[in-house]
Amino acid sequence: MSWGSASEFFAMGGYGFYVWGSFIVTAICLAVEPALLALRRKNALEKIRLEKATNETAA
Amino acid sequence: MNGVIHWFRYASPQSFYPLAGRVAPWFGALAAVSGAAGLWIAFFVAPTDAQQGEAYRIIFIHVPASWMSMFLYVVMAGWAGIGLALNTRLSAMMAHAIAPTGAMFAFLSLWTGALWGRPTWGTYWVWDARLTSELVLFFLYLGYMALNAAIDDPRRADRAAAVLALVGVVNVPIIYFSVQWWNTLHQGASVSLTRSPTMAATMLAGMLVMAFAFWMYAIAVVLVRVRAIMLEREAHTDWARELREAAA
Amino acid sequence: MSALGAAVAGLVRRDLLLAARRKSEPLFTLGFFVLVASLFPLGMGPEAELLRRIAPGVLWVAALLAAMLSLGRMFAADYEDGTLEQLALAPVPLVAPVAAKVAAHWLVSGLPLVLVSPLLALQYGLPADAIAVLMISLLAGTPILSLVGAIGAALTLGVRGGGVLVALLVLPLYVPALVFGAGAVDARLAGLSPAANLSLLGACLALAAVFAPLAAAAGIRIALE
Repeated sequence: MSWGSASEFFAMGGYGFYVWGSFIVTAICLAVEPALLALRRKNALEKIRLEKATNETAA
Repeated sequence: MNGVIHWFRYASPQSFYPLAGRVAPWFGALAAVSGAAGLWIAFFVAPTDAQQGEAYRIIFIHVPASWMSMFLYVVMAGWAGIGLALNTRLSAMMAHAIAPTGAMFAFLSLWTGALWGRPTWGTYWVWDARLTSELVLFFLYLGYMALNAAIDDPRRADRAAAVLALVGVVNVPIIYFSVQWWNTLHQGASVSLTRSPTMAATMLAGMLVMAFAFWMYAIAVVLVRVRAIMLEREAHTDWARELREAAA
Repeated sequence: MSALGAAVAGLVRRDLLLAARRKSEPLFTLGFFVLVASLFPLGMGPEAELLRRIAPGVLWVAALLAAMLSLGRMFAADYEDGTLEQLALAPVPLVAPVAAKVAAHWLVSGLPLVLVSPLLALQYGLPADAIAVLMISLLAGTPILSLVGAIGAALTLGVRGGGVLVALLVLPLYVPALVFGAGAVDARLAGLSPAANLSLLGACLALAAVFAPLAAAAGIRIALE
């Protein structure tokens, strides 16, 4: 499969909106999901640190 | 007998946590490599379609995403069933970890299906059997996550959601069959988004590679998520507090 | 076996008595059914041909929604006052009282829909043979709604989010019944035989009758722990 030029590639034979709309949203989902997970992990670790701190001061 | 892996050792969150952490990046790397290969096939190997032009390239996301959403639901139900049968916390956590990713793939399947339908069939939503079943599957995922979130007691939530997942997995074939039935009644000739049997070999190869990439991605993400779930639910335990990453 | 049968019958009778005392609730279900069915022509215009074509789907969806709204009543009252716990502790397998309560629920919230459906069908201009198929499909279908709905009701006992959560859980599971039930009436309207759709509906009913009480009983045990 060879594309004539970069602009042809982006145009996707007139269907660029649909093709790139699909691939870009997919890329966004596959980037956002891990990012949200990193945040979730950070918050969980924060909570543990907080619990440890309060328990140590209470002890 | 030193080579025997004692799998049950990993049935506790404490031992599975570091294992998941070590293994997840490898699956992530596999996902990236196979994803790149799949995209290369999708854009630079697969030829232009005679009828649909370039629009058909959406198939390389749509079909693998559909496969993943269905596959992940079955795996999720499997973990749920194991958790119910053996009363293991970790199995339930695995099921909870899978649900959001499965729902995401179901959403992608619907989104790409709509964008594929517009240039191909003229409308953004096509009531074909696969898309409609996918929509129902999406709601099954949402129901699972909603039930899990609504119940405060984690163990009760585990068990209730597990029952729901098992009921769902039994119903999915029935729902799929009924939607197929409905579709043939109302549309006659199938207005289907699947390709004709004369699919080019490159198209199939591309779809399989992308499916593999999604599968590797899903494993990586699920492992990372289950670690986060473990941190959240086991926050009070010694092993969690003594983690290096939890040091102040 | 007869002791079990007597226990089940007794429980059905008790639930029916309770429902008879709180007459408003079963009437609400019926009223909702009639109301929803009456709203569609208002929204779509009274053109006879259109109404006849949408009647199977609209009437079935209205019945489905009405059944769903009544699910909250199936186990909640007994859960709150401890009766459900007693039933779980009884020397009878929990499946039996669950089946009894589902049967009572159907008699109170499902069967009236079947009996009122001809009136609504006339509003939509359905011919007599289609009305007959509609009644048969609802007669087989509303028990499915009660049975499958019991699973959702059991899993969400005492859970906040109530009715909307049950709806989200249960509506996807209602799809086959809806497809085959409305499909049967559609077939008759098109001059074809409704036998295939009705058989499939019957198969769904058989499956639901066997498995739904088990799942609902599991859900109740989980809620009681």
